[in-house]
Amino acid sequence: MDALEIARWQFGITTVYHFMMVPLTIGLGLVVAVMQTVWYRTGNPAYLRMTKFWGKLFLINFIMGVATGIVQEFQFGMAWSEYSRFVGDVFGAPLALEALLAFFVESTFLGLWIFGWKQLKKGIHLACLWIAVVGSFFSAYFIIVANSWMQHPVGVTMIDGRPVMTDAWAVFTNNTALVAVPHTLFGALAVAGGFLLGIAWYHLWRRRRDGIDTVGADGKVIAGEAAIPGRDRTDYTVWIKSLRIGAVVAMISFAGTALTGDLQGKLMFEQQPMKMAAAEAACHDGTGFSVLSVGNVGSRNCDDIVALIEVPGILSYLAKGDFTTEVKGVNSLIEQYKADYGTHVPDNPIYGDRAGQEVEYVPVMEVTYWGFRAMIGFGGLAALAALVALWLTRKGTVPESRWLMRLAVFGILAPFGANAAGWIFTEMGRQPFVVAPNPDLNGIDQVFMFTAAAVSPGVSAGEILTSLIVLTLIYAVLLVVEVKLLVKYVRGGVASAMPELVHAPVDENEDATPRDGGPDKPGTSDDVLAFAY
Amino acid sequence: MELLPTIWFIAIAVLWTGYLFLEGFDLGVGMLMKIFARNNTERRVLLNTIGPVWDGNEVWLLTAGGATFAAFPFWYASLFSALYLPLLLVLVALIFRAVAFEYRGKVDTDRWRNTWDWAIAAGSFLAAFGVGAALGLTTTGLPLDANGDRDGGPFAWFSWYAVLGGLAVAGFALLHALAFLALKTDGDVRHRARRWFVRLLPVLLLPMAGWAIGVQVLSGEAWTLVVLGVAVVAAAVAWAQARKGNEGRAFLAIGVFLVGGSASIFGAVFPVVLPSTIDPAFNLTIANASSSDYTLGLMSIVACVGLPLVIAYQAWTYWVFRRRVSAAHIPEAHSFLPAVAAKALIRKD
Repeated sequence: MDALEIARWQFGITTVYHFMMVPLTIGLGLVVAVMQTVWYRTGNPAYLRMTKFWGKLFLINFIMGVATGIVQEFQFGMAWSEYSRFVGDVFGAPLALEALLAFFVESTFLGLWIFGWKQLKKGIHLACLWIAVVGSFFSAYFIIVANSWMQHPVGVTMIDGRPVMTDAWAVFTNNTALVAVPHTLFGALAVAGGFLLGIAWYHLWRRRRDGIDTVGADGKVIAGEAAIPGRDRTDYTVWIKSLRIGAVVAMISFAGTALTGDLQGKLMFEQQPMKMAAAEAACHDGTGFSVLSVGNVGSRNCDDIVALIEVPGILSYLAKGDFTTEVKGVNSLIEQYKADYGTHVPDNPIYGDRAGQEVEYVPVMEVTYWGFRAMIGFGGLAALAALVALWLTRKGTVPESRWLMRLAVFGILAPFGANAAGWIFTEMGRQPFVVAPNPDLNGIDQVFMFTAAAVSPGVSAGEILTSLIVLTLIYAVLLVVEVKLLVKYVRGGVASAMPELVHAPVDENEDATPRDGGPDKPGTSDDVLAFAY
Repeated sequence: MELLPTIWFIAIAVLWTGYLFLEGFDLGVGMLMKIFARNNTERRVLLNTIGPVWDGNEVWLLTAGGATFAAFPFWYASLFSALYLPLLLVLVALIFRAVAFEYRGKVDTDRWRNTWDWAIAAGSFLAAFGVGAALGLTTTGLPLDANGDRDGGPFAWFSWYAVLGGLAVAGFALLHALAFLALKTDGDVRHRARRWFVRLLPVLLLPMAGWAIGVQVLSGEAWTLVVLGVAVVAAAVAWAQARKGNEGRAFLAIGVFLVGGSASIFGAVFPVVLPSTIDPAFNLTIANASSSDYTLGLMSIVACVGLPLVIAYQAWTYWVFRRRVSAAHIPEAHSFLPAVAAKALIRKD
């Protein structure tokens, strides 16, 4: 493998990994903020417990997003210096603004929230969390503005072979970004929904299995109490409410991703027709959506692919909103792309060994075809499971089945899979371009960049391989640690996040007590921080 | 003279200085976890002094990096790609350090805590050293060709300024952390930190002074020399104030030292942002490395609104958590029964 291939693997691995933590941060942050708001307004102790418990898991996950996020900003310059030089004038700004206007807000106000349970007034403390959550939304917006410019460059003119920003409004209101942002946010909420549902299901199941909750003759739950800190009737309320919130969030967010995804499909049909065709492994022009295509879809050779089951009209609907528009297949698009962007890679040293070679305009269809289906499949599955879960728990608790419980817990992974598949699809579907051409701009000044030209010329394959191995190993170890800690705190239940339940039961309607602190030493209460470390 | 690129050169110098000022002490506190703190309670005192703020401090690094990308893409691309392996080390250090803060207290065993304490201490040192090395090199030069790419192998970036810059930032961070701990803690930790501060100040500031003087020799001007002189005086003031027990003034004076040292270095390098050691014709300057005036103008407007806001709410955070932390405040570690493992205790109604 050469430097380019290794750098691409590295970007893919580190980005997909980073985007495991990010959607959970965004989605769970919003959910926890809503929970704390309900507690603030009603004083219902169940909601304080929910805030603390889900907030703890949120933080365990949040830190991983922070740690892996720094890699993202650095590796543009480290591994993709030619890309950074080419796009810097327009791409750097959203990145800088993300740090200045979003990361600062997120990190500072989250610090206030973590340590300020005692120090701040209740309302201000709650506001800090909301500000951090809104910060995470802004962060998503800015980074998607940057990404969308790579999918659909706007607001620039070419000067000396580089795109120079001339219309910031166009860049920051790129229609590609305006539909991708809600799509991503709904995707993040779907992750949080599944997370709540699976974990709450587990706890309700344990309560039944341990004989705390029983089921009456009419099938309705009878919530009980155990003489263990935190396993009282309020605990039951925590889990059943969490489960229902999770299920509803999962269903709403699936509907949201479907609606926004539909808009994205229609834009993609105009902006990146090859990606659309590759999503379908559609070789010939047509209207049908492939339910199952077989053959060697990864070969990029259309003659190998046979669509076994096809629903006529659906592809046209996805692309254009009617049932008759012919959607161009890969074969006719190749000719169009060759005419517009050249048949060969320019004979320029920045392309290394690839200089002068023929351009492969078709993305790896195995990835685009199955990535597209995995995204929709996992997303739909999670929403369906949420609906079934609501039905199964209509009488107040979960069935005794261990297998159903396991299904609910492993179901947590489905929305993660949908998120990852969606990003892999959209990023690999853009190849061979790192900046995809905007078909509305014509002539010699077209703004596009081949991925092959983007990698750092001065960096050796060995260096990038080193970082690929080092980062992958560290990420793998940290994933084990994170999951281990999440499992530990999940099994611990609410008491793991609320020491006051264990050490000194207090009236939860009174002021909040420190997160990790035991009972305060006399004379020091209200003077100290809420110690989190 | 180009106005907007000059403004952005100053802005980036300010961001780096802000980063060194703020994360300086939390990197230093991280290093002190292993060489200063005597037991777990003291370690938790140290951690809780920076707990609410370290993540916000680290964003200064991301903002400095992002602003360099946006304002001087050629500087960003050349510096980051030329220093590939050192920056990888910085990333690894920052990853471990961040995760360690959050995870250290989550399992109640000595082995677990000790592992993460090492991650914090080593991560903090390597991050400080690596950032310092990068800054040392961007102010003194890298072997860059006409395209701005590194000429030579993975270690062709090496010069003694990398070591000097690395030691400078690590040393400053340690000293700054001692001043910070003297200001933010009470009891034994406070007094020991002050003693260490007075004793170690000359040694810990020497590398930064050496780096600053080196840059003056390479490209200094009269005014940068004066500023450097002010910095040295500030260091002496810090020492005297700490001896007298004025912890707040010592902390401020050491901050003045940093601002002065940093201004003298960046000022001396200006208008070059990254010299080439191969041929001065390949130097990256504010003119040939910057973004368009349109982009810089846009960023200026946003920064004028955004940066004061950031400074305001971060300052508020320090105000909220202004009280000193001491060992007496640290509660016992919280161990909990896995709720689901205690079946024997179940009572039925």
